[in-house]
Amino acid sequence: MTTATPPAPATAVRPDLRRSALPARRRLADRVSTVLIVLALAVAVIPLGLIVYYVVARGGPVMSLEFLTADIQNSPRRSGGGMGPAIVGTFLITGAAALMAIPLGVLGAIYLNEYGKQRPLARLIRTMADVMTGVPSIVMGLFVYVTWVVTVKEQTGFAAALALACLMLPVVIRSTEEILRLVPDELRQASLALGARRWRTTLTVVLPAAIPGITSGALLAIARAAGETAPIIVTAGIVNTTNWNLFAGGNTALPAQIYNSASSVFATAQDRAWGAALTLVVIVLVFTLVARLISNRFAVRKR
Amino acid sequence: MATSTRPTTRPQSELTQRGGGVLADRAFALVSLGTGLLVLVILAMILITTTSQALPALREAGLGLIVGDSWGANDPDGNGPATPQFGALAMIYGTGVVSVIALLFAVPVSIGIALFLTEIAHRRVRGPVTMVIDLLAALPSVVFGLWGILVVGPAVVKVYNWIFDLVGDVPVLGSVFGQPASTGRSFMTAGLILAIMITPIITSLTREVFSTVPESEKHAALALGATRWEMIKGAVFPHSFGGVVGAVMLGLGRAMGETIAVALTIGAAIQITPNVFASGEALPAVIVRQWGESSGTHRSALIGLGVVLFAITIAVNLLARLIVRRAEIRMKGATA
Repeated sequence: MTTATPPAPATAVRPDLRRSALPARRRLADRVSTVLIVLALAVAVIPLGLIVYYVVARGGPVMSLEFLTADIQNSPRRSGGGMGPAIVGTFLITGAAALMAIPLGVLGAIYLNEYGKQRPLARLIRTMADVMTGVPSIVMGLFVYVTWVVTVKEQTGFAAALALACLMLPVVIRSTEEILRLVPDELRQASLALGARRWRTTLTVVLPAAIPGITSGALLAIARAAGETAPIIVTAGIVNTTNWNLFAGGNTALPAQIYNSASSVFATAQDRAWGAALTLVVIVLVFTLVARLISNRFAVRKR
Repeated sequence: MATSTRPTTRPQSELTQRGGGVLADRAFALVSLGTGLLVLVILAMILITTTSQALPALREAGLGLIVGDSWGANDPDGNGPATPQFGALAMIYGTGVVSVIALLFAVPVSIGIALFLTEIAHRRVRGPVTMVIDLLAALPSVVFGLWGILVVGPAVVKVYNWIFDLVGDVPVLGSVFGQPASTGRSFMTAGLILAIMITPIITSLTREVFSTVPESEKHAALALGATRWEMIKGAVFPHSFGGVVGAVMLGLGRAMGETIAVALTIGAAIQITPNVFASGEALPAVIVRQWGESSGTHRSALIGLGVVLFAITIAVNLLARLIVRRAEIRMKGATA
């Protein structure tokens, strides 16, 4: 900071620049603000610690191979039963949603970054994608219900997958676009100069360079979607046995089971809710951590 | 486009011939444009289809769907309204109260964490702290709800009772902090849980805004003899006010749309009361709660609530984006 002051004439009164010379009021304000800021951090970290503690402490004892594979208990009052159908449903529904949302999202991002750039239409789409990330998940569930479920007259796993795909789409578009923007223009120019067409450049040069970042963004979107509850409840219906068919019959997922059991007054149902929560948290965290790892790797290569 | 003209005498390169014609290029551009347009199509379809499904209820209840304060699909105890009534005012009120409570708690905490990350923390501390905040954002909302209903609710009732005993007789405070609901499921509990849930998003946006404050301005403030807090007050806050407002608005949008955590912790009582310790109901929560047992006009009314929620959140989000963009332009002008 102010170390390069020229030597002052000896006669001038040198100001006392030491910290202790500050008026007590100013020093106090500074100290208090620092304490408050650190306190704010603690206020956010403590709930995280508590939630993780409760999920592990209450869900751990319930956990067993039977819990992970058995059918769902019909009566909330009785103990036993598991979350097999919900785990299968979670993976099927989220997987189908990812299969729909990720290719479309990447293509949309390619339009925004490679073709649309700063044109008015591209700007509009960009803003609307941002707005779409803010659409409440319950509204997405209602949307799929009135368009799909009402049309085919059946609540299915695929309907839930559609709702999740709609939720993931804008997230994938925006995260992929951010990554595509990081791909150096020299790569595109080199490819075009070699005579490759635009689509070929995009598919064989730009996308491979951006793959780690796109993967990381997609995994985060999957993790977010796997935890969504409201659209599942509205669109997937109810089922207590494993349903491998997404297109016929109801389905279920871990979040919906947690919601159902959490509002129950029976301790047995509450135990199952904690067990399902532990399962869900593990699934979501694995996806999130893998995404972080990939993006950290990528960041290193990006320098 | 790189359509270079080359001398015709030279043999044509194989690449251009195999690389697909103009047609493939055009097709690819069109397909990607189509997926881009998908976003607009979906948003428009949400508005159109849900509104059309909500029409039956709208025809029956009219504007009362929004301004009416009585909600009942049937008449369970015989002393309610004779005909089904669909007025969502109590739910809109609940959503508003819960969101305000959430913001009151989340905004100062988020700004604090953002300041910690940008102004105080050592570079080596930043990574782990960001990681923790990201983890908080990654936890599914239903897990927050589960924790809220089974752990937080029962635990905070004692605190609510203590506050009620303390200020229950004071005129205004007494009605705001009134008789607590015995389960602890209340506006306050839902607001607290929501506050934890929206803290990560407000924090990360606010942090980005703070990190755009020019170092030179901060150093100038410090060189003038300002303490760190005075530097934050004088250089960081004025520079980033717009961006922080935008971040808070985005948090507000998230809070209003949050369904499951609120549904579990707010308590399912359709009423308008100033008492934040009482049970209430919120727009998204009532949809998911009554969905399974609804049919006909009732279901249509629930979809109508979805339309109301969609309109509110879209408006808040657009406004927030606008503010953020304004702030970004101003900040870029300042750094240039």
